[in-house]
Amino acid sequence: MKQEEINDKGRRDFLKTAAIATIATTACGSLACSCSSKKAAVAEKVRLLSPDGEIVEIDSVYLNHHENMAVLSKHEQRMGIPGKKFVMVVDLARCKNARKCVTACQKWHYRPEETEWLTVKLMKDSDKAAPYWFPKQCFHCDNPPCVKVCPVNATFKRQDGLVLIDNERCIGCKFCMAACPYSTRVFNWSDPEIPFDIKDLPYSAETGVPARVGTVEKCDFCPDRAREGLLPPCVEACPNGVFYFGDENEDTVSNGDETLSFSQLIKDRSAYRFQEELGTKPRVYYLPPKDRQFPVERGYENLPDKLKARFKDVMEESHLLEKK
Amino acid sequence: MEENKKAINETEAVAMLHQFNEDLLPKKFGKIGKAWVALLCAVFLLGVYCYIIQLRRGLVITGMRDFVFWGIYISNFVFFVAISLVGSLVTAILYLLKVSWRAPLTRLSEIIAVAAIIFAGLIIIVDMGRPDRVVNMVLHGRIQSPIIWDVMVVSTYMVLSILLLYFPLLPGISFCRDHLKGIPKWQKRMYTILSLGWKNKPEQYKLVKKAITILSVMIIPVALCIHTVTSWLFASTYRPGWDSTNFGAYFVSGAFLVGSGGVVAGMYLLRRFNPSYEKYLTNTHFDRMGKLLVLLAVVYAYFSINEYLIPAYKMKGEEAHHLHELFTGYYAPMFWSVQFFGMILPIIVLLFKRGRRPFPMFIMAVLVIVCAWFKRYLIVIPSMSFLPVQEIPEAWKHYSPTLMEWAITGGSLAGALLVITFFIRYFPIISVWEVAEEKGVSTDIIYKHLHEGNEK
Repeated sequence: MKQEEINDKGRRDFLKTAAIATIATTACGSLACSCSSKKAAVAEKVRLLSPDGEIVEIDSVYLNHHENMAVLSKHEQRMGIPGKKFVMVVDLARCKNARKCVTACQKWHYRPEETEWLTVKLMKDSDKAAPYWFPKQCFHCDNPPCVKVCPVNATFKRQDGLVLIDNERCIGCKFCMAACPYSTRVFNWSDPEIPFDIKDLPYSAETGVPARVGTVEKCDFCPDRAREGLLPPCVEACPNGVFYFGDENEDTVSNGDETLSFSQLIKDRSAYRFQEELGTKPRVYYLPPKDRQFPVERGYENLPDKLKARFKDVMEESHLLEKK
Repeated sequence: MEENKKAINETEAVAMLHQFNEDLLPKKFGKIGKAWVALLCAVFLLGVYCYIIQLRRGLVITGMRDFVFWGIYISNFVFFVAISLVGSLVTAILYLLKVSWRAPLTRLSEIIAVAAIIFAGLIIIVDMGRPDRVVNMVLHGRIQSPIIWDVMVVSTYMVLSILLLYFPLLPGISFCRDHLKGIPKWQKRMYTILSLGWKNKPEQYKLVKKAITILSVMIIPVALCIHTVTSWLFASTYRPGWDSTNFGAYFVSGAFLVGSGGVVAGMYLLRRFNPSYEKYLTNTHFDRMGKLLVLLAVVYAYFSINEYLIPAYKMKGEEAHHLHELFTGYYAPMFWSVQFFGMILPIIVLLFKRGRRPFPMFIMAVLVIVCAWFKRYLIVIPSMSFLPVQEIPEAWKHYSPTLMEWAITGGSLAGALLVITFFIRYFPIISVWEVAEEKGVSTDIIYKHLHEGNEK
């Protein structure tokens, strides 16, 4: 409970300005507004396009934003949020494979259990080195190999740094999956089970729902949440503040607890990017697992057997687990 | 050859032409032929049935999953593209080099090329998650993507190959139109439409020859392109085993080898089931093709050494993992048998004159083709499987094609064979006028007498 409060506070600190900007953007883009008299009056007028095609001026007090109902045009989805340059920093020293990030991500995106957009791996850099937990999502590379090879421009790079997929255009050739050196992309091999409540939502490349058979999908850095001034669910859910999400232009990143200077953080903690030598220029930075807060076994012991199987090899190799 | 040409006088030549027409007209199939067609149709229809199931249920019916996301559909596509290169080798390269024994082989190699490239195009659609959106490639095509390059060159090659098959066939079709007796109405009409009013005039021949020359020159770069671009689908990624600058040349050299194997197998089967072809597809032809196969296999061996041994010398990171799987790991039995039976053994056997007789040649050709298919499997699949991964279910790390996948792939192979079979059934598979020219009959006599029916 306490954790949540802290998260909440940090979140409010961060992206406060973005929240205000977002309300205006969403309001303009959507027709979803309803009247509400509960809110305190703010003397601000917002111009809207009414369903009849007329431009009307409404007091912003009467706007009520509905989650997931903002309809962005295809063009807006492809351009990104103006002025932003999203970036993520992952503090490997704090990760204990609590997997709250994975569950939160799966839930937010209505993912089935077996395909994870965000995964936690047990990494081991060399034979004698100690293993460490390594959360891995899409790196939203600045030189994205997946975007280069897409034959129909279904996956694209936005000006806010994100690499997204338009699953209404994707032809399912899977070339982007071949091109991605990080195996971050997943494919809808069969008709995805879509919960009733999101079945009729208009599709947006920013939310990735509803999923569609025969198309590719992946971590999207949750720009729909950023538009509302919220951190991605993985960042919010992490009990240890492993993930810092923010804006490179503003030079701030936040893990919900604390908001730091991005450039200072990566300088002080000698951040690195995964497989820098590939030249893909990821937008995710890792802080090396120095002075780890948890023993690595902590992330293994309480896992269900199915998940234990994933890491057994590395655990055995590192003599953290007796070979059977 | 020169002496031969002078020795043939007009009466002999005319008799020869009549003989050619007699021998080379398409004939009705016997029992074996009908059984063969029935078998192919059954396999093909089974493939179509399974594909309909795939359309309804998605690619989940295949053995592919997030880690191994390209399977035998793609390796089969690479195989089809590879074997189709032979059309350009025999019809264009040997034609421009004025190789004297090529004429009876041209049409066979060209129909192999056409059938293969058609099914290459189809099988790649089968691999797509959303075949219903194939039109997006036109609407939203991005020139930066190697897939778009592939679509462009494969379709160009398909058109050029069909033309290169069709133009030299015109005299043959018109002969069938005028002289085939007791054929159903639709067949007659088909010949009438397809012969485009061919009248066997010298000007028409001149035009056809000109067209062949132009097409031959055009098709060579396109042929190199189709397989180079196909190799780039892999080489433009970062994966171990695919990330290779040698891939284009490696693919093209392998493609010429398997295509020539296809022609040799075709030659043998034609002779076996229609002895009258033995006069045209002689032991000399087998001997020459045998030598050509050795040359192509040696070139392929050269690029294979570049492809595997140089990375193996360094044993770099993931590449080492990949090579261990191929050399000594899970794929080792397949890898070494493919290298030995598909490349080394044919080189050894075909170096000897006795090895270049039709039957041993046929065996070698079949080995080359089968090994080439599995070689493509080894090029495509191991680069994705058996890499150290943790986040996916154990079963997803390995790939084994499902029965449905095999059925669809088998259906595509049967479909290509059906195209070739039907062609042999309804069209002269050996080009009479080209063979006559090669045998030294003067063009004037050909133009004048080729079209006479044998009843005269």
